[in-house]
Amino acid sequence: MAIEVRIPTILRTHTDGAKAVEGKGSTLDELFADLDTRHPGLRGKLVDGGRLRKFVNVYLNDEDVRFLDGLGTELADGDDVTILPAVAGG
Amino acid sequence: MLTIERALVDKIVAHARADHPDEACGVVAGAAGSDRPARFVAMTNAERSPTFYRFDSMEQLKVWREMDDRDEEPVVIYHSHTATEAYPSRTDVSYASEPNAHYVLVSTRDADEVEFRSYRIVDGEVTEEEVAVVEGY
Repeated sequence: MAIEVRIPTILRTHTDGAKAVEGKGSTLDELFADLDTRHPGLRGKLVDGGRLRKFVNVYLNDEDVRFLDGLGTELADGDDVTILPAVAGG
Repeated sequence: MLTIERALVDKIVAHARADHPDEACGVVAGAAGSDRPARFVAMTNAERSPTFYRFDSMEQLKVWREMDDRDEEPVVIYHSHTATEAYPSRTDVSYASEPNAHYVLVSTRDADEVEFRSYRIVDGEVTEEEVAVVEGY
């Protein structure tokens, strides 16, 4: 099951500069675990203490996964996942 | 150094003034690799707060896709401080996630005078840079 994952500039150090990588998993959590086997350290930038990091936005197709089921969001073959760092500050 | 057209500076300042006392935020997109801010995009501050800002996540996806489609990047990421100087706060530094962007800070604490300053924020380090305001590129 292949899912395309778009990687933002700041995380491309984990993907040898690739803008997009492929992974597999039936949930977002499994996908990130799968990606981490080939792109070590990537999962740690996205997940902290079993939850999605607060200042990372993850989208399944066109939906923010926070409005779906977070890391438990179910994935299907051909889905697109986009990761964007939140733009925020004080 | 940030080189930016006066018309874009005016738009950023007008947005900051309009949203005062809440913080205003947005980007100026430009052709990838050009370092030329060209297309002004005001963003919604999802926090609607005088002390914090965060781009609305769905609006951010839409704008980032548009930039991708046009082969652009966020050359400038701006936001305002409404009661303090135009210098990156600790939270600004910890969430800075675009190492290639010019981070522009505008302060609207003074009703008559405007502070417009630009920084690079890379790996937690802030470097202020000169701003050259030009009439055209």
